[in-house]
Amino acid sequence: MQSYGQIENAGMVFSTKKGKFTALTDINLNIDEGEFIALIGHSGCGKSTLLNLVAGLLDATEGVLLLANKEIKGPGPERSVVVQNHSLLPWLTTFENVHLAVEKVFGGSESKAQLKARTAAALELVGLTHAATKLPGEISGGMKQRVGIARALAMEPKVLLMDEPFGALDALTRAHLQDELMKIVAATKSTVIMVTHDVDEAVLLSDRIVMMTNGPAATIGEILSVDLPRPRDRLALAHDPHYHALRSQVLEFLYSRQMRPKEAA
Amino acid sequence: MSAVNATPENLNGILSGEDIAPPPPMPTATLPARRVPYFETESGKHLVENTLTLFRNTIPPLLGMLLFVGVRGLISHSIKNIPGPVETWTSAVALFSDPFYDNGPNDQGIGWNILNSLYRVGMGFGAAAAVGIPLGFMVGRFDFLNRMLSPIISILRPVSPLAWLPIGLLVLQKAEPASIWVIFISSIWPMVLNTAAGVQRIPQDYMNVARVLNLSELKVFTRILFPAVLPYVLTGVRLSIGVAWLVIVAAEMLTGGVGIGFWVWDEWNNLNVAHIIIAIFIVGIVGLLLEQGLMLLAKRFSYE
Repeated sequence: MQSYGQIENAGMVFSTKKGKFTALTDINLNIDEGEFIALIGHSGCGKSTLLNLVAGLLDATEGVLLLANKEIKGPGPERSVVVQNHSLLPWLTTFENVHLAVEKVFGGSESKAQLKARTAAALELVGLTHAATKLPGEISGGMKQRVGIARALAMEPKVLLMDEPFGALDALTRAHLQDELMKIVAATKSTVIMVTHDVDEAVLLSDRIVMMTNGPAATIGEILSVDLPRPRDRLALAHDPHYHALRSQVLEFLYSRQMRPKEAA
Repeated sequence: MSAVNATPENLNGILSGEDIAPPPPMPTATLPARRVPYFETESGKHLVENTLTLFRNTIPPLLGMLLFVGVRGLISHSIKNIPGPVETWTSAVALFSDPFYDNGPNDQGIGWNILNSLYRVGMGFGAAAAVGIPLGFMVGRFDFLNRMLSPIISILRPVSPLAWLPIGLLVLQKAEPASIWVIFISSIWPMVLNTAAGVQRIPQDYMNVARVLNLSELKVFTRILFPAVLPYVLTGVRLSIGVAWLVIVAAEMLTGGVGIGFWVWDEWNNLNVAHIIIAIFIVGIVGLLLEQGLMLLAKRFSYE
């Protein structure tokens, strides 16, 4: 049986002024429906590039990427993206930012009242009903990030792509949003691919952790299955020896085997 | 003792303030109740504070104006043909007491002259905005167009506005449209260039939003391009209106008709120097008002 999402022999070569730069090579990955995958690796290992390939913001120079048996060609609302700096439009209120996405995806088939209800529901999901009329400049970084997530989720994407979504937030806000994200994903059964550099975040949230080797010409080094039962509770996991074993495996990969880029390449 | 001499031994003392001499003991006998002076009460302090701010904001500009008038007085004192401030003021009062008289095409009130100049600026500038802003959007959005037009713009932009006047007169045959043409051609460039720069500087994140959502060109324009570029457009508009108002005086001197520029030239022929000085002030104040008005508009539309 074929997987929901397939990445086959994908590679990415950028043409720069100094010649060709191979960012990714030989990427093979199957993604199951409803799976939560974390991409982890040192900075510059091409994990964001891989995410952008799935998003369609970049075109792979080698290999193919398939989603539900269709080749990924260009970006589209069925693969919504949440990025670190939220990318909300500063001249639209939070409601309008989400509504813009909702209108595009469902505008053809639903009434105006339904579109508004969808937007309101998405904001409620991230607990921001009270901030619907605020502009992005008037709310905190954590709230902006939640609006970004609400916008992405409101499109009911097949795959939710997140590029270090909580990277710019303080530790407490980050933990809070991770918990919320786990609840939302459990409720919506979304397929998620998340780029992160935070080992705890990767182990806490994901079903599988894809560990990337160092660039240039980065590829998948190892894949770790995180078989911790759900729902997961960060406090209980803090005392769980299996959680710590998994965490150590990721740390060992990152800091012992991939420490020195030149030897690894 | 100062913190500079801090050593681990005396650091605690410094931090807890132990080595600071204790305040002298308060006299124990109760003083007779004293009326608090007004300037030590809350409202009194407020008044002092506000008065000081007022002085800080008004005294320097007032001094500047005084200096200006003084220097001007000195110049008119040493050069005999330039009238002094008092003489200028009286003739300004006479001039503005009847701004809208009309004694035929060559003798009209100062109000008519200003309005006529503003009308020309409005026409030329309006046409420049109508052409320049959309052109700027296209130049910014399509690299091909940018490469195609930038050499032409680079050559035409530094041309002195009045060099366009003969072409205008030749093609349009009349003075009035020719001066509007000069305004048009000289005020279009800041709007084209600023709008194009604004479009090129839109953060990639915003364009990625458009791509992920697959927004239509129209939606991209109304929801992303236009609001993101508007502050740049308004900068261009502000620079353009400045140029337009600069150019109109020179253009009207050459083309004649009713207008502040021609009025200056006419008063020069009459050797009415007081009126020329008044005209300089009028041009300056109207230019200032135009720009301040647009600044207000720009503030209204900035979202950050």
